[in-house]
Amino acid sequence: MKLTLHVWRQPDTETAGAFETYRVDAEPEMSFLEMLDVVNERLIEEGGEPIAFEHDCREGICGSCGVMINGKAHGPEAATATCQLHMRKFEDGDEIRVEPWRSRAFPVLKDLVVDRSPFDRIIQSGGFISVNTGSAPEANEIPIDKASADRAMDAAACIGCGACVAQCPNGAAQLFTAAKVAHLAALPQGQVERYRRVRHMVEEMERHFGYCTNFRECEGVCPKEIPVEVIARMNRDYLKAKLLDG
Amino acid sequence: MSKILAFYRSPVGKKAVMAATGFLLFGFVFVHMAGNLKLYQGAEAMNKYAEFLRDFGKPVLPREGVLWVARVALLAAAGLHILSAAQLTLLARRARPQDYERRARIKATYASRTMRWGGVIVLAFILYHLAHFTFGPAWAHPDFVHGDVYHNVVAGFSVWWVAAFYVVAQVLLGLHLYHGLWSMFQSLGWYVADDPNDWRRRFAQVFAVVIAVVNISFPVAVLTGIVGG
Amino acid sequence: MSLESKIPEGDIREKWDHHRFDLELVNPANKRKFEIIVVGSGLAGGSAAASLGELGYNVKCFCYQDSARRAHSIAAQGGINAAKNYQNDGDSIWRLFYDTVKGGDFRSREANVYRLAQVSVDIIDQCVAQGVPFAREYGGLLDNRSFGGAQVSRTFYARGQTGQQLQLGAYQALARQVQAGTVQMYPRTEMLDVVVVDGRTRGIVTRDMVSGEIRSWAADVVILATGGYSNVFYLSTNAKGCNATAIWRAHRRGAFFANPCFTQIHPTCIPQHGDYQSKLTLMSESLRNDGRIWVPEKGGDDRPPNDIPEEERDYYLERRYPAFGNLVPRDIASRAAKAVCDAGRGVGRSGYGVYLDFADAIQRLGRGAIEAKYGNLFEMYERITGEDPYEVPMRIYPAPHYTMGGLWVDYNLMSNLEGLFVIGEANFSDHGANRLGASALMQGLADGYFVVPYTVGDYLARHMKEPRVGTDHAQFAAVEREIADRTQRLLSIDGQRTVDSFHRELGKICETHCGMSRSEEGLRNAIAQIRDLRAAYWRGVRVPGSGDGLNQSLEKAGRVADYMELAELMCQDALDRDESCGTHFREEHQSKEGEALRRDDEYTYVAAWEWPGEGNEARLHKEQLEFENVPPSQRSYK
Ligand SMILES: Cc1cc2nc3c(=O)[nH]c(=O)nc-3n(C[C@H](O)[C@H](O)[C@H](O)COP(=O)(O)OP(=O)(O)OC[C@H]3O[C@@H](n4cnc5c(N)ncnc54)[C@H](O)[C@@H]3O)c2cc1C
Ligand code: HEM
Ligand code: HEM
Ligand code: SF4
Ligand code: F3S
Ligand code: FES
Repeated sequence: MKLTLHVWRQPDTETAGAFETYRVDAEPEMSFLEMLDVVNERLIEEGGEPIAFEHDCREGICGSCGVMINGKAHGPEAATATCQLHMRKFEDGDEIRVEPWRSRAFPVLKDLVVDRSPFDRIIQSGGFISVNTGSAPEANEIPIDKASADRAMDAAACIGCGACVAQCPNGAAQLFTAAKVAHLAALPQGQVERYRRVRHMVEEMERHFGYCTNFRECEGVCPKEIPVEVIARMNRDYLKAKLLDG
Repeated sequence: MSKILAFYRSPVGKKAVMAATGFLLFGFVFVHMAGNLKLYQGAEAMNKYAEFLRDFGKPVLPREGVLWVARVALLAAAGLHILSAAQLTLLARRARPQDYERRARIKATYASRTMRWGGVIVLAFILYHLAHFTFGPAWAHPDFVHGDVYHNVVAGFSVWWVAAFYVVAQVLLGLHLYHGLWSMFQSLGWYVADDPNDWRRRFAQVFAVVIAVVNISFPVAVLTGIVGG
Repeated sequence: MSLESKIPEGDIREKWDHHRFDLELVNPANKRKFEIIVVGSGLAGGSAAASLGELGYNVKCFCYQDSARRAHSIAAQGGINAAKNYQNDGDSIWRLFYDTVKGGDFRSREANVYRLAQVSVDIIDQCVAQGVPFAREYGGLLDNRSFGGAQVSRTFYARGQTGQQLQLGAYQALARQVQAGTVQMYPRTEMLDVVVVDGRTRGIVTRDMVSGEIRSWAADVVILATGGYSNVFYLSTNAKGCNATAIWRAHRRGAFFANPCFTQIHPTCIPQHGDYQSKLTLMSESLRNDGRIWVPEKGGDDRPPNDIPEEERDYYLERRYPAFGNLVPRDIASRAAKAVCDAGRGVGRSGYGVYLDFADAIQRLGRGAIEAKYGNLFEMYERITGEDPYEVPMRIYPAPHYTMGGLWVDYNLMSNLEGLFVIGEANFSDHGANRLGASALMQGLADGYFVVPYTVGDYLARHMKEPRVGTDHAQFAAVEREIADRTQRLLSIDGQRTVDSFHRELGKICETHCGMSRSEEGLRNAIAQIRDLRAAYWRGVRVPGSGDGLNQSLEKAGRVADYMELAELMCQDALDRDESCGTHFREEHQSKEGEALRRDDEYTYVAAWEWPGEGNEARLHKEQLEFENVPPSQRSYK
């Protein structure tokens, strides 16, 4: 299948970028990233600079990959990270526009690679349970009903890819932050620090990102289908923390 | 107080304020709509109702006492609602200085995308509406009679383009509420575990449609002669 | 240099406890005076850095990804073993120990394995307390499953994302220490060398992958937790960035490399579909519980699988291993698949694939039951291949997956270089010639949470009074210069071929001659080919761009250069080990039925290789292994 790509190229954060057009002959069995590999091999052979894009596991779990494909984070297939997207989802003759995540909090480092370190800072601000190595009680001493455990797992599935921020018209990181808040708040172990945690995490989030007006675009592109319900959970905890606990 | 200020300083706090004030405004619009149904009972009922509102709370409070309290509350709510909306909109702009060349729409609805402009038009409508039915300067309502609310409405809506503007504004208000009411629950953290969206969605749908349809019915009823004909 | 394993005396059940008592301690007030570098933020590195931070040391942690959370441990699916015996099915520390030694085909160190089994129970406690959402039963207690052919249910899991959840647990513990100021995290920073002064490790040199800056870091202890080297095969189930650079550079500075030829090939992966293929995807081994493996009876039969009648199918595992059938261990299943494909009976476009058929299971249990068990795996398969496994059989083929080999370490997990500790998949210690399913996660966390924090303290306490070496030492400058030179060299070759094309070729050589089955002739051949390829690489590779900015081609170029050298040592080791054991199958040593034959009299040792300097033959050191508790026996799955 013959495709035309318009790819954002930008040498570094300071220099302005622009779209470049490439033609590529792809096969339906290729993954999207393999298609970019093919473009890159040719670029190198022709003396050009390959397109920089982030990737690692290529199994949809590490959260490294992620680009806007025709205006949709991770591309056309639902619940699928860019690395798991395959070219059979496109048609011969398609034009594909590839852009980096765009958000003030995620400056472009090069081409399609952005800096997502504010996500780390959100987790550092409180996205954990404080338990030192060796101080844990016997695992089965805290029974957890299956429903809570499942709810925790649903939220914990977030891969930290940043698609939610990329797609959100407001550039908000609510889904990412709320997924971690909801994961830990669903478990008995997470109760002790519950309100402190949400306060710190929301405030750290707000230092970097836009705010949520419940567009639900994030939910629609999340490769792990984290539901916006987690945002309501986070809001409730945050309001409680701020108004009741001070 | 400082606690509340600190709370408001946070965007999540602003959003909660927007939701709470939005809820107040919604409450007013709903009650106002219900009251306006008196229109269908004729001039006397309507005017008596308006009079009743003004006298409400007498003799404990002076005439229009309760009304003024309500007006101040509404004004404050509207002010806070708009202030927080404006501040948050600016924040959003700042969060993405450069937008995408192309952007797909996934789950955002027409309603959620028109909250800001829709809100501004609704505001413009309210200002016009106040001039139209409450203060009645000649440019807004050439045939305004103080105290005869029924007459003002019927005469006002007899001008087709005024009626048309009302209809458009109600559609926008309906959209604003269609997203806003659901969004309000989300912002305030109201959900029922495992069935998060259903009742919230339905609540928003029902009230948005009822308010838009009933409100639209007024100018339509006047134009078609069902009322005042 | 001699190999001292430092295994403590005494009964195996008490070695670790006694040893812990004997270890010297660092006074709490002194801990923050020590600088510890941890390279890697996976299960091993993340847990070590967090635990050392909690103890009060000054820790610096490095990883090449943009966030510590993304280390490749995140991709593990199946689960983690622990001898909790929650299912009351007769499991115990001793049984886990026994199974692991036997599973490793008697090429691991008993004392290390016993300690691993012992601390496995603490790992689960720790992870649960951190909020890892392990699967639970309706009663609220932890659920277990049996995994990889084990006869007891000792595997803890979190849906199909166990690695992810454990990794996030360690990452969050690490994040907490970053917030507390005890750990400084350096993502997007690649370690390119260690600095060794007079046999003692003094620090590392890194490259900032965004700015290109080469920088020195001094420390009292360096811990390498940089994962495995399966990517030497180019196509593997590992992440694209997984590399051997850290351990290989340490090897070149004097650390011994142990058992490089022990590499594991996982039997159930999605086959390669084209030359452009960039990696292989693992499908959980649990599929073999219900799927039946077969190929057409006759080669060249290209009818669609559902048109091939029952009589013309060869269920070769059921035929060859009637007792275990489709559930034979990984290495046996892998080799059998290769054998039928080599005989021209493989399926799929490349001819390298076998069917994994669920038709019988669907008929027997109903589609619903299969969907409940494997729904997400079937979905993943369909996403990648575009085929619906409910309708047509899956196609699978083995793929390189895990490397048991790694840097040699003693019982304290310290390499032969003083002050250089190696943990997780990067070391060689616990799995012998074959790793059991769900045991790598266990080892990574055991090393990081429960072993190295103690043993590092002991090392520091012993060397406290000695003078320190800072980055102003000439050796740091010398290493920086070497790195700058090498970078410059790579950039200036300006040949015709891409780094990837060389890497693919290297992978092909390794897979053909040092993969699932190996022979003397093939290995000699491979060594010669690798040498040629390496020479061609340094003449003909093209690395675009410059050294001072984000340059992914340059990153790859350095890694592939190291893989070339490692590949040669791997073949060398495979050649030296003139026996079959575990995953290492030498064609010369098989029974009449094609089963692997160990040669315990001669090869019950760890092969620890010393870097001899450029152009010389690697030097072999042997650590003899003693089996006092689990007497060696021959495996049989007939
Ligand atoms: C697909 C797959 C499924 C698996 N499933 C299971 C399973 O179900 N159960 C099980 O027990 N095991 C499983 N394994 C094996 C297990 O996941 C790994 O062995 C284990 O996670 C390795 O952990 P680690 O901490 O040693 O290394 P990794 O998690 O690989 O971490 C390596 C770290 O080192 C860093 N690093 C590497 N090189 C450098 C460098 N040069 N400079 C700086 N930093 C560097 C990386 O950034 C990373 O942080 C699986 C493996 C794969 C590939
Ligand atoms: C009678 C009039 C109004 C009512 C009943 C109303 C109601 C609401 C409600 C319920 C919300 C949802 C709050 C939330 O998301 O939590 C909302 C949001 C909003 N309203 Fe209004 N509103 C009214 C008027 C206005 C006006 C005049 C403006 C314009 C300036 C406006 C602008 C907004 C904006 C921008 C939002 C934000 C949308 C969001 O954050 O999701 N509204 N409104
Ligand atoms: C078509 C529908 C509507 C009709 C027929 C209508 C009619 C009226 C009338 C007749 C009055 C004057 C009442 C009096 O002076 O006693 C009035 C006042 C008012 N209306 Fe409406 N209205 C409609 C919709 C709305 C909407 C949608 C809003 C707000 C979003 C609104 C906000 C107000 C306000 C704020 C006042 C002033 C109340 C006061 O302080 O006295 N109205 N309306
Ligand atoms: S919430 Fe979803 S989209 Fe956002 S970072 Fe997590 S996985 Fe990615
Ligand atoms: S798209 Fe954005 S507005 Fe909220 S619901 Fe999702 S973060
Ligand atoms: S590369 Fe890991 S999720 Fe896509």
